[in-house]
Amino acid sequence: MEGIFGESVLKDRDERFHKVTYQTYLFVWLGLLVLTGITVSLAGRDWGFLSIGMVLGIAAIKSGLVLSYFMHLKYETGLLFQLMIPIVLAALTLFIGLTFTDIAFR
Amino acid sequence: MGTHQDDTGSKIGMWLFLLSEILLFGGLFILYSSYRYKNPIDFHLAAWELNRVLGTLNTLILITSSLTMALSIFFIQKGNRKLSALLLFVTLFLGGLFLGVKSVEWTAKIGHDLYPNSPRLLGRSGGEILFYGLYYSMTGLHGLHVLVGLLVLSVMLVLILKGKINENRFVPLENTGLYWHLVDMIWIFLFPLFYLIT
Repeated sequence: MEGIFGESVLKDRDERFHKVTYQTYLFVWLGLLVLTGITVSLAGRDWGFLSIGMVLGIAAIKSGLVLSYFMHLKYETGLLFQLMIPIVLAALTLFIGLTFTDIAFR
Repeated sequence: MGTHQDDTGSKIGMWLFLLSEILLFGGLFILYSSYRYKNPIDFHLAAWELNRVLGTLNTLILITSSLTMALSIFFIQKGNRKLSALLLFVTLFLGGLFLGVKSVEWTAKIGHDLYPNSPRLLGRSGGEILFYGLYYSMTGLHGLHVLVGLLVLSVMLVLILKGKINENRFVPLENTGLYWHLVDMIWIFLFPLFYLIT
């Protein structure tokens, strides 16, 4: 049983961190480098709206990698950790959505 | 034993701060996107002038500094204080390098008379003035975050060398790492928005 902060899991903290090896970090780093290479090489093309979508999509994947592995979100337990990020991202998405409906239909 | 230590509490506190940072930069991203939507051609022309090579270089520098930061935390948890301090020093060096490249870039732009309220910029269209205003304020605010990060990283380095941060007490270093990765993540979005989408 664990609390919403995942506090009881802290006892097993060391066990949890043993799952992460430094090779994991190296692979994530390599992944980030490859994605940067792809996004820079895509940037010269003029595919209009599609290229904006792809460039931002790659940025989203990269930040997902940083959040899950470097910032350990993948290994955090507890309801609060699992809810905090989606709530903030949902708020941001809502702001962006409302702003753009305002701009588009003004 | 001894002093009370609430690792989970301090981590949650750090995350709350980071989430407020995401909303701060998020607001600026919305501002950028809506102005871009209204002035697509002006933004296209202005973005074309930014130095993509320096932007890419800084992306690689910051990503690598995130790796050394994560590894520094990894090795302090394993009890290897020396390697942790060394990796933290490399992180500091890379952060300084990022600011160095940034200042070269800004100096070149200012040398070309492209800075807020410069006569050359004021002679251009409204969209281009907006683009450069956003460029300077957003990369400037991000640079300020890198600078603050460097200060905190230096404090952490001293604490590791003094043995105050060690394999039993490393949450301050973890929280510093969280901040540093967030600064990296913001750049991951700033880079394509300003340098790649033209």
